[in-house]
Amino acid sequence: MKTNLFRLILAGVLSALGLACGGCASANLARVQPWERATLADYTMRADRDPLSGAIREHVFFSREAASGGRGIGGSNCGCN
Amino acid sequence: MRYLLKVFVGLAIVGWGTGAHGEISVGDRFPPLQAGGLEGAAPETKGHVLLVDFWASWCEPCKESFPAYSRLHSDYQSRGLVVVAVSVDEKEPAFSAFVKRQAPPFATLRDSTHQLVGMIKVPAMPTCYLVGRDGTVRFVHRGFHGRETDLELRNEINALLAENQSPP
Repeated sequence: MKTNLFRLILAGVLSALGLACGGCASANLARVQPWERATLADYTMRADRDPLSGAIREHVFFSREAASGGRGIGGSNCGCN
Repeated sequence: MRYLLKVFVGLAIVGWGTGAHGEISVGDRFPPLQAGGLEGAAPETKGHVLLVDFWASWCEPCKESFPAYSRLHSDYQSRGLVVVAVSVDEKEPAFSAFVKRQAPPFATLRDSTHQLVGMIKVPAMPTCYLVGRDGTVRFVHRGFHGRETDLELRNEINALLAENQSPP
């Protein structure tokens, strides 16, 4: 009984190791291929597609993160602008 | 114990099989264009030096590469270079609009099912393969870097054309 349990555990460990040694450990497993990136390259996926929205987000960001000096904008770190 | 070893080896093989590998690189035989289920008429390539460019209408460097390939085509066509551009666009209107805008003098095909591009495992967009007269891949260019790529391609094409001056 004890031997069977040991074998079962060993089989499980070896199975996991076998799959890890093979393709399941491959970095390509869940990668979007270069020829499948049409949707990702679409204009609507761009973060900077709307200048007004970008400016508002930028303002919110540097106001809230004032202690770190904002993002590329000099200031007094008061977060009041 | 022998049984367990067999399980390990079997699963490793299965795992390896599911992994992505097998990218076509220098020294490999380039698959025939006709085998890829491409849309459009593939030109005769046997015995020619072949430049195959994989592109997409949504790829910015591809827009820059087309005028350069057009110049290569006009400069080297008479010496035995065949330029073929294979689009990976799934949407036909996007493909047609790009081709209409660029009006390339070389053949443009479309791999809408991604059969050929999947077989070759193109590493980036665009990627250009220079294939020798014997059908083997001799140079691979990932991306297009303007004048730098253009100069490299010209040197490589000159070398490949010089290898065998006899007409195909």
